[in-house]
Amino acid sequence: MIEVDGLVKRYGSERAVDDISFQVQTGEVLGFLGPNGAGKTTTMKVITCYLPPSEGTVWVDGLDVRTHSLDVKRKIGYLPENTPLYQEMTVYDYLTFVAAMRGVDSTQHASRIAEMADVCGLETVLGKRIEALSKGFRQRVGLAQAMIHDPPILILDEPTTGLDPNQIVEIRELIKKIGKEKTVILSTHILSEVQLSCDRVLIIHKGKLVADGTPKDLQESFSSGQQIRFGVQTPPDPVLSVLSGWNGIQIKETVRTGDAETLFTITTERKDDLRPELFRLAVDEGWVLTELGRDQANLEDVFRHLTTD
Amino acid sequence: MRETWTLTKRELHSYFDSPAAYVVMSVFLLFTGWFFGTTLFLENSASLRSLFDLVPFIFLFFIPAITMGTFAEERRSGTLELLLTMPVKDWQVIVGKLLAVILFLMASVSLTVIYALTIASIGDLDAGATIGGYVGLILLGSACASVGIFASSLTRNQIVSFILGFAIIFALFLLDKVTAFVPSSLAGILQYMGTDFHYRNLLRGVIDSRDVLYYISLTIFACVLTSYSMSRRPE
Repeated sequence: MIEVDGLVKRYGSERAVDDISFQVQTGEVLGFLGPNGAGKTTTMKVITCYLPPSEGTVWVDGLDVRTHSLDVKRKIGYLPENTPLYQEMTVYDYLTFVAAMRGVDSTQHASRIAEMADVCGLETVLGKRIEALSKGFRQRVGLAQAMIHDPPILILDEPTTGLDPNQIVEIRELIKKIGKEKTVILSTHILSEVQLSCDRVLIIHKGKLVADGTPKDLQESFSSGQQIRFGVQTPPDPVLSVLSGWNGIQIKETVRTGDAETLFTITTERKDDLRPELFRLAVDEGWVLTELGRDQANLEDVFRHLTTD
Repeated sequence: MRETWTLTKRELHSYFDSPAAYVVMSVFLLFTGWFFGTTLFLENSASLRSLFDLVPFIFLFFIPAITMGTFAEERRSGTLELLLTMPVKDWQVIVGKLLAVILFLMASVSLTVIYALTIASIGDLDAGATIGGYVGLILLGSACASVGIFASSLTRNQIVSFILGFAIIFALFLLDKVTAFVPSSLAGILQYMGTDFHYRNLLRGVIDSRDVLYYISLTIFACVLTSYSMSRRPE
């Protein structure tokens, strides 16, 4: 659907995007992750035909952004960073304007706006001026204008920045709903957002692509090990004597919680899951299992690992 | 073409949705009314001449005031990015905005037709000079608007845009007045490049294609410069 090939974007002598290549499949929700100034926004601006590439190119549905920008623009709905909107217009007038500019047939305007109002929850504010709306509503107007022409591709630059936690959840739900039918690229620096909404993550640092994979893959490939919480209703000694025979594990902590319960924290470099073995051990020994959990390096660790020098 | 017109309508809407358009129009009427009134009542002269002499000076401030926001404000607020990622070409955006400014100018100038009608009812109206004057004003206004829009495309600051626009329009206005200070070989060219020279020609009531062509060329030239300045995108 979208193919970015050797993309370079220079501002003067600075390379904001430095030889990035990736592909996005139809129906995929792709998360762009990276510290501020990493080149996420610039990449999006090239895909949306706002900025021309310095080198390399981007194909959208087989169309080159350099030569077929109008056709590419028709396929894309875009929400730029900070949601720029014409403040003095009412929501209804603004959406009508965007629909007309986007080539939506004038007989369809009312029904498309009604649908967007329904999807984005704008029914109550259609007649209000945009400047009078809260940040959350403005963000929804931004999403509505991006989707008014029913584009197959949506590009959202930091769609949840500046929202309160409730609004973030709402926008995230909305993106999830949209992502079922459309190809979505969204950028963010909120890591949990990527885990919750994206099928795939690209991490960009200093204009270069440093990681590409599902959130789960990234966690596994970059985790330097795992940590297991193992709680049983048994005094520690018998457990320690069994576990000390296991290869490649360390008992990091032993905590007695309550009368007969012990919680062990086990670390290991092994990539495989230790939990089934521990469960069988507890069953064989007749210990009552109270806790069994695995903490992996989370995306935050991966992110920090990849984007600090 | 449809997109261009959609854009023009939105621009006009935004002028009239804010008090700016009404303030600007009222001030325009106040100035022209004062000069029309003084000629008529104090000098007992039934002529639009002083009105037509005055309007180019009003345009010096009036047009940059209208055009200063066209691109500067969109650049500052970021809406330019949304506009340019819609399926429109840069020139459609420029023409759409220019058309809106020209229509607004025509609306303002057409309010002065009431003075012409007043003169016609009480005295002898020089029809040729009046028509020439109005054609001149529209052409001069369009060219200045195009220059003002170019100034606006250079910056994200409306004040800077206003001052730049004013400076360029003023310089073009002065060109045929500095001919005494330059070698005679250059004088003819400078005179031909000045906006006021062609306006004076039209005011005589003769609509010469050279004058019309000059204003149209200037309008298009400024649009080309604007599109060049827009192709250098910010950020």
